[in-house]
Amino acid sequence: MRIETALSMAGLAVALALGSAVVSLLAARVPKVVRFAAMPLLGLCGVAAIVAGLGALLSGGAATATLPLGLPWLPWHVRIDALAGFFLLLIGLVTGTIGLYGPAYVRGLEQGRDSLVALGGFTGLFLAGMLLVVLADDAFLFMIAWEVMSLASYFLVGFQHEQAANRRAAFLYLLMAHVGGLSILLGFGVLASFGDGFAFASMRAAELSPLWASLAFGLVFLGFGMKAGLVPLHAWLPEAHPAAPSYISALMSGVMLKVAVYGFIRLVFDLIGDVQWPWGMAVLAIGSLSALTGALFALMQTDLKRLLAYSSVENLGIVFIALGLALIFIDNGHPLPGALAFVAALYHALNHALFKGLLFLGAGSILHSTHERDLEQMGGLLRRMPWTGLFFLIGCLSIAALPPFNGFVSEWLTFQAALQAWQLESGVMRSLVPIATAVLALTGALVAATFVKVYGIAFLGQARSRHVRRARPGPWGIRAAQGLLAALCVLLGLFPTLVIGLIDAVPRQILGGGLPDAGSRGWLWLVPDAFETASYSAPLVALLLVAIAALVVPGMRRVGARRVRRCDAWDCGFAPSTARMQYSATAFAQPVRRVFALLFRVEETQVPREDGGMRHQIKIGDRSWDALYLPLARLVEAAARRVVRLQSGNVRVYLGWTLVTLLVLLWIVSA
Amino acid sequence: MADILSPSAWLLALVQALLFPALAPLLAGWVRKVRARLQNRRGASVFQPYRELRKLLLKEARVAHTASPLFRAAPYVVFVATWLAAATVPLLTIDLPTAVVADIIVLAGLLALARVFLALAGMDVGTAFGGMGASREMMISALAEPAMLMAVFTLAMTAHSTNLGSVIAHHLGDAFVLRPSYLFAFAGLTLVALAETGRIPVDNPTTHLELTMVHEAMVLEYSGRHLALMEWAAQIKLLLYGVLVANIFFPWGVASDPAPASLAMGLAAVVLKLAVLGGALAAAETVLAKMRLFRVPAFLNLALLLALLGLLSHVILEVGA
Repeated sequence: MRIETALSMAGLAVALALGSAVVSLLAARVPKVVRFAAMPLLGLCGVAAIVAGLGALLSGGAATATLPLGLPWLPWHVRIDALAGFFLLLIGLVTGTIGLYGPAYVRGLEQGRDSLVALGGFTGLFLAGMLLVVLADDAFLFMIAWEVMSLASYFLVGFQHEQAANRRAAFLYLLMAHVGGLSILLGFGVLASFGDGFAFASMRAAELSPLWASLAFGLVFLGFGMKAGLVPLHAWLPEAHPAAPSYISALMSGVMLKVAVYGFIRLVFDLIGDVQWPWGMAVLAIGSLSALTGALFALMQTDLKRLLAYSSVENLGIVFIALGLALIFIDNGHPLPGALAFVAALYHALNHALFKGLLFLGAGSILHSTHERDLEQMGGLLRRMPWTGLFFLIGCLSIAALPPFNGFVSEWLTFQAALQAWQLESGVMRSLVPIATAVLALTGALVAATFVKVYGIAFLGQARSRHVRRARPGPWGIRAAQGLLAALCVLLGLFPTLVIGLIDAVPRQILGGGLPDAGSRGWLWLVPDAFETASYSAPLVALLLVAIAALVVPGMRRVGARRVRRCDAWDCGFAPSTARMQYSATAFAQPVRRVFALLFRVEETQVPREDGGMRHQIKIGDRSWDALYLPLARLVEAAARRVVRLQSGNVRVYLGWTLVTLLVLLWIVSA
Repeated sequence: MADILSPSAWLLALVQALLFPALAPLLAGWVRKVRARLQNRRGASVFQPYRELRKLLLKEARVAHTASPLFRAAPYVVFVATWLAAATVPLLTIDLPTAVVADIIVLAGLLALARVFLALAGMDVGTAFGGMGASREMMISALAEPAMLMAVFTLAMTAHSTNLGSVIAHHLGDAFVLRPSYLFAFAGLTLVALAETGRIPVDNPTTHLELTMVHEAMVLEYSGRHLALMEWAAQIKLLLYGVLVANIFFPWGVASDPAPASLAMGLAAVVLKLAVLGGALAAAETVLAKMRLFRVPAFLNLALLLALLGLLSHVILEVGA
């Protein structure tokens, strides 16, 4: 496909998303319109984005266009290249499955009081905003699209606004989105003042002094890091993402966080261009902190959607670890490990979009069938919802980075990049990179524990409440969407070499060099650097697993007694156990809570139950609230109390202030 | 470097892969025998674990009413993943195509896959003990896995390769320079091996005291061939860690060419090394007591610290030297 066609396809995707928003306006009269028109349009939008993304990645070039919109002297520029193409593909893959998932999910809302106009309309706007952020080629359009994305998602977070918690989450989200947006705007300001205007092309050509470049980097990292939910600015994320309807959570966690990654890559690697290794150190440190904190807090959660949101913090941390490694290697003159780390970051971003999308859709289908988000009430769902159970298991194995699934591939690539640390000249860097690797390994193991807990508590064992015991499998659309994402997780795990062949266009375009040897041994072998250094053959690992299983399973049946007798659980000979005697999600996490006790703010209380007994309650608080958010909020309030003194209610005083302001401004202008 | 297309190399890989399940019960029996002698008991024959496996295989398997299909699939997944992980470890020769297919990180991943299914199986029936075992196992592994990866990364960074065959080949060609990083990595990996294979002082493989069980608690509901597979997989894992420690840190005798004489030499060497390691394990289990569960994190933090020290002493002292 020619790159110009890809740009038109991307334009079509934006138009379809906007069309879906417009069509939803009719939902006030005909609620079915969301289900039968808006959602299919979203699905088509996803397909168009996939086609555009694949076209851009395969052709490898770039195409630009100027839209007759915007200000007279500042028209909007759009551009598609390999980097934009990759993120279009990512957005499209999740959006396409949402088109399949949405109708059945929305059907449940048609009877309720929630406004479908708001749901459908803002979903369409949200997607159009995300697509335009990726396509924008000047700071003006970028910021407008960014704000459309943020505002539309604000309304989606506040969709079920009857609950005070959701309103509070939405407000916090709006606040953080704006602080972040401001920081990005200032970053653009630095870049634009050195370049010749707001177009990305002139920013790319601009020559920044190292100090200004570092300032721009700091602002950009703050802005996009806030949006990506990096610790310690993450506290809004686990509040906001779970509040939205489940497929919106999938879009926010799976896709919108990646748009922040896109922005970071576009500005730092592409527009600033001349990277410095101390930035890499900062990114590596923040990424490691986010990965570890996210993993630990995810393990502590009992609300399934909140747990998944914390796990997004952790995964974005891993993406930024890889990006930090890329910055370090590139500035130290090692382009090959740099490109390897860069590809690992992109691969993990794509993987996370798929498995987090899958897991949120799974959580949504549990919510749809049981109206339950609390893990402590679940249990035995595998037998009630076998397909969701199977797909959710694939999602858990993928996110826990187990071979031969997709999460393992990106973790393997990140480790391989980190193991090239011996090439670095500075001993400090050589020793800090391995520490980040240790953090990554610890994170991986904690994630495995987290998802053993999730799957073991929700899908295995016995139901812990009546409504979960009566769960019904969801409609086919819900299952098919999860099946698609699960299949993608498996495929991306089995054929990493093909995927990297596709992604490789991005580092070639942005960094000027990709991984020349990645596919040197054919599609069977993943070779990051040289065949002697490391190799992984996912298809052969999977084949060997299947082959050994094909040997062992019939072998066991032949040797052993054929019969399997059903009986009561043995349980060391104790009295028959009831569902309430099972291990709970809180109990499962207790050993790790105790080991890492310093990090959590644990409140344990005894609450009387209706039947006269006592209930033991544990609340696990996020220390970033006490350490960062609340002091900041108090500071703002204190400042506001001082400013309030100006408002005396007397018109003459106001006129006086106006005069003073005018005089000061005149003085500044004349000076 | 193994030639991945040579049929003879694959044949050799197949032989090594088959040796693992074949020899694993023997190592377990040897450790038990030595321990019995150290405790002034005669002990059962070293072949007793084979008889136990045979007995379990022939017995009828019983499955709880509350068990899901995952319960019956898990023993196979655990066994197959552990076996494949073992097949990537050079037992007799470094010329191993499976080590090219799956490097050290994949090995750790396969063991993690087996562990996840073991823990899930523990939670499946819905008894309190199963969940308890799963929770403890995941806590221990969360702390052990980074230590293991740091230890093997020390070796991988020295050899500039994550391929186990290349790591051992590099060490063999290194004329056995005593590297401080190797000492730290050896100590770290040994502690991890104790934790991961569920030995004293972390877990007691012979305990049936409910509140101290970790591995036993997870397999509590299994019987018949399912239990046999779980036990066999645990024995293979013990052998795997034994071979890993023996052949990486003491690579004497590992064959670097496929000649029958060097292979026989390799087999004799590895059997000897494992006999010594097994004896040391039995001695350690005799003199040490099992720790309280919440002492285990300190033990594993020590392992992580040692492994990290190994890695740091490598990148600071040895790179460029």
